[in-house]
Amino acid sequence: MADPFRFLTRFNLTVLLGRQAKNARELLGGIREVPGSSIYYHTHRFIQQHHYLSPEPPNDFAFWATNALSRDALGEALASVDTVQFHKIEGLRESFVTILESFLLDANGRGGDCQEGEEFHFMSCRTFILPTRHVAKDLREFRTILRNVGVSSLYYHIFEAGLRFDKAGNDFSHWFEAIGEKDLARAVSRLDPYTMTLEGLRTKIIDQVSRHVPD
Amino acid sequence: MSRIEEYAAVVGDETLAELSLLADKLRGRSVQHINSTAVGGGVAEILARMLPLLRDLGVTAWWDVIKGNERFFAITKKIHNALHGVAEPFGPEDLEYLIEVNRENAKDVLRDADILFIHDPQPIALIEEKPSRRSRWIWRCHIDFTAPRPEIWEFLKRFIESYDAAVFSAPAFSRHLAIPQILISPSIDPLSDKNKELPADVVDSVCARFGLDRGRPIIAQISRFDYLKDPLGVIAAYRMVKERMDCQLVLAGGGATDDPEGMKVLAEVREEAAHDADVHVLFLPPGSDLEINALQRASDVILQKSLREGFGLTVAEALWKAKPVIASAVGGIPLQIAHKHSGILTHSVAGTAYWIKQLLNEKDYAARLGANGRQHILNNFLITRHLRDYLLLFLSLYETKDVVFL
Repeated sequence: MADPFRFLTRFNLTVLLGRQAKNARELLGGIREVPGSSIYYHTHRFIQQHHYLSPEPPNDFAFWATNALSRDALGEALASVDTVQFHKIEGLRESFVTILESFLLDANGRGGDCQEGEEFHFMSCRTFILPTRHVAKDLREFRTILRNVGVSSLYYHIFEAGLRFDKAGNDFSHWFEAIGEKDLARAVSRLDPYTMTLEGLRTKIIDQVSRHVPD
Repeated sequence: MSRIEEYAAVVGDETLAELSLLADKLRGRSVQHINSTAVGGGVAEILARMLPLLRDLGVTAWWDVIKGNERFFAITKKIHNALHGVAEPFGPEDLEYLIEVNRENAKDVLRDADILFIHDPQPIALIEEKPSRRSRWIWRCHIDFTAPRPEIWEFLKRFIESYDAAVFSAPAFSRHLAIPQILISPSIDPLSDKNKELPADVVDSVCARFGLDRGRPIIAQISRFDYLKDPLGVIAAYRMVKERMDCQLVLAGGGATDDPEGMKVLAEVREEAAHDADVHVLFLPPGSDLEINALQRASDVILQKSLREGFGLTVAEALWKAKPVIASAVGGIPLQIAHKHSGILTHSVAGTAYWIKQLLNEKDYAARLGANGRQHILNNFLITRHLRDYLLLFLSLYETKDVVFL
């Protein structure tokens, strides 16, 4: 018998690193050296702050390269990094480094500065994780809770639990697997949460659960 | 005063449950906020709303104000301007006097709190008391810190680095510091008189009282009278619009007790507006929140044409009322407005005039900007998010890791 699913939630306190970049070379330097929590922050900030907008803006690096450096191709390359495939922050960092190195090689090390006032500011976050009052013993309870739980909890179990704690997949799929719902686990694992709003994601997971447990 | 439970109608039960979870982790801790004015200005406004809510959540919280005379506030105003990059003549005796006033205040104002939360430069030197106390110290900067004059930055830095953490309102304000720097945006209170829903007849009666014609477009800037809010630039933009379209301009605001320059600015604005009956310059006394709310709701387009800005909470207030906003891309304003999605960012008088005409003519687009703006404020700039950030900030003073399981 698997343990009940306890919904956790998480909150981030944004930390300013006091480091900025005005061109692609300085962005590369920063990406190489900032803590992993900064790479995490800049690849996930939009998901949290603009979770009502669809399509969502891409990661901060891509947004800045496109809008402040006016480098559309570089921005597109940085936006195309498939965050969902990474289980470790370091792999994610390395893919941004590779794209920027390649860009700078093609540009003979140059790339132009942004306008004054539009510099990229490196930030990071301190994350606080705590249990909510919600516990699901079966799929029916799980669905009821998921309909009402805050987006921070949904966010934690889908995005944070995997990438930041070195676990393949998301928490929901792990629990579905543990209670013997292997098809459901696979279906939820296949979702690309980076290409939909959090409310869209909530609806899709609830739909999947409902296929296994009719209302 | 609104109780925390009343916010459920705006942000939902789950958000309040999350705040309670965090506050439970702080039970038994006390926090004292200290600033330099009890009324007027964004800081006093936020603290007045925030304190009762922190207490409702079970956190022991106080708010005290340091005392200063005319000379002290003239010096702190010069520091304020210098932080905004304005060249101000400073003598060493000015800075020494600021420290002296802080020392005099320290004896009376500091309580035995676990966390001492000091707001802005005026009381910054209270940190000299740190060695004699067990408290954790936070310095909160509400001012645009993008390009401070070097001499004033050097003066402040030696105090800032004695704190346990510094808090800024926008990423561009962060600097090389030896202490952790936290980003916390300020917020608005959706249940306050300034932001709550108002019946149409209240809006109508306020407009009638100030002689506004509801049948013609109203452009407004609601902001205190300060050179850095560029009220004369607003009048210039209005005049460019007026050449093509019939409209009225409202420049409304009050003063703060720590801003001796306000009256001079107001006089200049009145002189500039003297010969145009469609320019309404309204100097509002403290406690005019309902009037401000009504004026914002009656407006067709709201401006915030600041030259510098700490955060620009008036933008959040206007967006919360789903109004199309045209604002300068300074300070914290770009955090509130995604250009052409949730408002318009401009850089000049001519650009401001151009967009006023666009928004007055294209009402559907203007309404869409306003609706997106309101959603963005709901998600990121209400007092409940601010409370959560403060609770996390307090918790962070007792934890050292990047990821904390509570």
